[in-house]
Parts: sequence; C-alpha cells; structure tokens
Amino acid sequence: MKWSLILELARALMFARVKQTIVAATGVTFSITMFVALLGFMNGLNTLLDGLVLNRTPHIRFYNQIKPNPNQPIDLSPEFGSAVNVIRSIKPSNSRLAIYNSEPILETLTKDPRVRGVSSKINSQVFYNVGNIDLTGIVNGVDPEKETELFAFQDYVTVGNPADLLQTNSIILGKGAADRMLADIGDVIQITTAKGNKAQLKVVGYYQSGLADFDNTNSFASINTVQKMMGESSSYLTDIQVKLYDFNQAPAFAREYRDIFEIEADDIQTVNAQFETGSSIRTLISYAVGITLLVVSGFGIYNILNMMIYEKLDTIAILKAIGFNSSDVKRIFITIALSIGLIGGAVGLFLGYLACLGIEQIPFETDALPTVKTFPVDFSPKYYLIGGVFSLVTTYLAGFFPARKASSVDPVDIIRGK
Amino acid sequence: MTKTKQPVLEAKNIDKFFYNPIETQVLKQVNFTINRGEFVSVVGKSGCGKSTLLYILSTMDTDYKGELLIDEEVITGKSSNYLSKLRNEKIGFVFQFHYLLNEFSVLENVLIPGLKLDKFSREELEHRAMEKLKIFDMQEHALKKANQLSGGQKQRVAIARALINDPVLIMGDEPTGNLDKKNADIVFNIFKELAAEFHQTILIVTHDPEFAEGTDRIIEMEDGRVIRL
Repeated sequence: MKWSLILELARALMFARVKQTIVAATGVTFSITMFVALLGFMNGLNTLLDGLVLNRTPHIRFYNQIKPNPNQPIDLSPEFGSAVNVIRSIKPSNSRLAIYNSEPILETLTKDPRVRGVSSKINSQVFYNVGNIDLTGIVNGVDPEKETELFAFQDYVTVGNPADLLQTNSIILGKGAADRMLADIGDVIQITTAKGNKAQLKVVGYYQSGLADFDNTNSFASINTVQKMMGESSSYLTDIQVKLYDFNQAPAFAREYRDIFEIEADDIQTVNAQFETGSSIRTLISYAVGITLLVVSGFGIYNILNMMIYEKLDTIAILKAIGFNSSDVKRIFITIALSIGLIGGAVGLFLGYLACLGIEQIPFETDALPTVKTFPVDFSPKYYLIGGVFSLVTTYLAGFFPARKASSVDPVDIIRGK
Repeated sequence: MTKTKQPVLEAKNIDKFFYNPIETQVLKQVNFTINRGEFVSVVGKSGCGKSTLLYILSTMDTDYKGELLIDEEVITGKSSNYLSKLRNEKIGFVFQFHYLLNEFSVLENVLIPGLKLDKFSREELEHRAMEKLKIFDMQEHALKKANQLSGGQKQRVAIARALINDPVLIMGDEPTGNLDKKNADIVFNIFKELAAEFHQTILIVTHDPEFAEGTDRIIEMEDGRVIRL
C-alpha cells in the first residue's frame, strides 16, 4: 500500500471538514503552547530560585569544627578499650577554627582534575560599632576574583565593584547592615573583632543577596584585610570552598577528602537537600499541568475523529468495497490524527516560544532579587522536544480508537442501510 | 475472449442466515455459475434475498455457508485482507446510490482503485482513467468534484471506476434504481455496450423487469431460492 495514497485520502478527508480539523489542531496548538510556556517559565523561576542559594554555595566546603575529641584516652587503654565507657563533661580542647596545613590542602585540591576552582575564605564574627551600639555581624574574608568567578559574587554586589576589595581596609557591606548603620559609599566604619581588635574599614559597595537575614549581618572584605584585622598570619583560613565540574560528584568527593585531610567536609547535596526537593516538586507540578492540557486536547481530537468517522461512514464503506482493507482504513485515520498532532504541535511549539519571549519581557522587580529585572524563562530545547513528542503520542492515542472503529466498519451494513 | 465456457463466478450450495431478531434463512442452497462474457441479471421481489446474495458474491459478506469460487479459485474462508485485494483487482462495483467519494474530483474517484492496486504509475493510470471516462462521454467533467454531477453522470463515473482495474467481473446493485427513465436507459446501454464490445462479464441485481429483459440471462429468485437460471 502506497503511503502517498493514504496521505492523499487523509488530506481529502481533513479538507472536507476544514473547520473541525482546525478546531482539533487548535486544541493541540493551545495545549502545546501552554505546555512550553508553562515549563519554560516554571523552570526559569526554578533555576533562579535555586541559583539564589546554590550558585553561591560551594559544592564542598572544608572547615574545622570545634568539637570534643572522639578518641578519648580511656578507649586507648588495653584494660577498658573494649568496654562501654561513659565519660561526663568532655570539653573540646586545643581546637581552633583555622584549617591546619591550609596551603598543602589548597595545592592538592587545585590539582584534582574534578575541581573547577578553589576559593578560600575566612569567617569572622565581628561587631559593627555604630555610635555606642554594637551590631553583631560577620565579615567574610574572600578572594574577590575567585569569588566572582566561582560564585557569581558580582551579581550580588549591587553598588560598587568586587575588585575594589583588593585595596586594603575596604569593605562591601550587606545592604541590611549598611541601612542600619546609615553607611554610605566612601564612609569609614569601625569594627570590633571577637577578640577585641578594632579596625576601620572604608565602605566601597553594597551586597544584596535577596536573603534579608543574610544581608543584615554579612559583609565582605579581602582575605588580607580580615587576617590583619584579626591579627592572624597570612595562612589563617577558616573555610576552603570547592566548585566541581560535576556537582553530582560532590558527596563522594567530600567523603574522600574528609578522611585524607581529617577535616569537616560538607557537600551541597547534604546541606541543601530541601532545594532539590522544592525544585523537583515544582517541575513535577508543571509537567502534570502540561500533560493534563495535552490529554484534554487529546479527548478533543478523539471526539472530532469519532464524529468524522460517523459522517464518513459512506466513504469508509466505499473504500472497503473497492478493495481497501481494514489496516488501510486504520492508517488513513491514524494519519489524520497524526497530521493534526504534527501541525498543531509545530504551531504550538512556535507560539510557545513566542509566549516565552513575551514572558521574558514582563517586568519583575523585587528587592529580594536585585539582578532580576524581568521574569526568568528557561529556553531549554528539552521542553520543546518533550512537547513535540507528547503532541504526537497523545494524538496517536486519540486517533487509535476511532481509527480502529473505522477499520471495523462493515461495508455491507452501510450499503444495505441506504 | 475464448469461446469455451470459462466460469468466472461459481456459487455452490450457499446458505445464509440472519440471526437478528430471530433466526431466518435468507438464502437456501443457491447454486449457479456465471461464465466469462455473460451479462446476467438477478431479479426477484424485494426481500427475496437478491441483494444479500450479491454481497456474498462480492466477498464483502463472509458469513455464509457453502462455497464461492471467483476466477476458478475458492475464496470461501480466505482472510479479509486477501478478499480486499481480490475485490480491488478482480471485481468492479456499481451501487444504487452512486457512492462516489465527494471529497475527490471525478478523475480521482476513477483513479483511486487503480492507485490502490499500484500496478501502473500515476501518469499511466490517469491516462487509463481518461480513456474510461471517454467511453461514457464524461471526459470533460474529469476535474469537477463528484458532488457537482447529476445522478446519471455520477453513475457513469461509478461504472468507469469499476472498470479501471480491468476486473474479471462487474457487479451492480440496482444501478438504475435511483435514476429517471432517460438516465436509466443511458446506464443500461453502457452495460450492454460493455458486454457486447468488451466482452465484460456483468452481474446486475435489479427489480426493473425492463432492464432484466435486455440482459443475456436472467436468474430469478424467490424466498431465498433460485427459481430460474
């Protein structure tokens, strides 16, 4: 059986009911448009919201935890080693926040081929002195270049430039902290460290992450500035942040180096499990809505094809009488369904793309997201592929049952019925 | 055409039952043979089973008892795909209500069974279809849509369509039943001409005695039995 003939017959049947065919195709178009627009928009938002935290979260963070030594002397004694020993009131001893041997660790990590970048950091508890009031805060000693490269630091510096931190004694204040201190760019503020050292730093920028709590306390200065402020040596580091090429390797990577360096290592998956859950649920919901739309349009096609078959019983009967077999008739109606799906789907994908472009133009300004001016949209081809495939699958299924019905039409019944 | 009698259609002991609403026997032991080149009509009162018989002979109705041979080949019990192919290749149909496909032009209507058979190229088929239309003086209507024709014209196109694959047998179910006297005569003359000039085997079911009188042979039926061969 030649496909050209099947196509010709299918086309003729569709053109005989142009209006209905268009209605059916419009149903598919509408649902595919919505599917693509919805998923693009949803995932754009997802990426944005996840990025809010995940972008500036290192894949692995190495740090020293102050905690009691797990190896107590009694466990080492041959007499009590195998017993269950209960020791009360253990205190952490001789611990410090700084990472031991930070230089070789940095060197080893930088050489690892899985690592995209390493950025060291100092976390320092401080008081911002405002008149006679002290506000608690944290000054993060960072390498502005590395921080920009790996954690999109510049996106969150709303005023000023991260490179300004390279001048000694300069600071980028968290927006919330700056507001509370009424500190403008160029002002000099005073900070007291936890150990009582005082330092005067010049405000060169504002930092706004979108997380108000974070912005109220956190400020940024260069590593050198913080080391000086704290009166520590140039090897003093409290955190080493690592970004990998494949962030799925993070847990294994963390486990591996935790043992080698005998240091705490947190991976992103463990720390931010809730973000993964949130975005996967949002994705699930948008897929569910999109697929519901497609199924509804599938029912539309099913109805229209059913109607078409009732109207075209004569045609089916005559085709069968002149030698078309059941599978030919089935193919004709499947072809009609798939053509509706193909054309409706293609137009839908195009309109969906336009809708995404439109959504991308809608202003979306919020204090929480300083870098975002319009709604974010994800233009990943994945959604277009899924939409396209789904439009064909639903229309095929919607066409399958009417086509089977058409193929089982008994020509004798129709011809005799006249 | 050979002069020796060559059977095109043989019906052997055909019984047919309807089960709805109650079991009724519509055909009782129908036996006959139609030879190549014969122009045969089946007549009888309405309800005598002549249409039912035609659907069985046309292979569209397979629910019967007995044996049916077309072109000396037993076709009883063959698969429906095989029967479709056989209908396409060996049987031409003309129905009471023309049954052209309104979605297509006259030429395409004639072409479709040929395209389905897929023995000739499209160009060649178009040429053949025009030839067939010329026989019936319909060539100037070739590009019209089927529903733009009059009843008599439609029936002529239907006959042209029946001929496109050079079938061994043409079957008609009251082909003139829906036409006025003038058009009925035209259609009858076409059949007559096909039989005489092209030695086409034709089997027509009709209740028009005038039509039947003009055929070579009349098979008369009553209450599901053949009473005259």
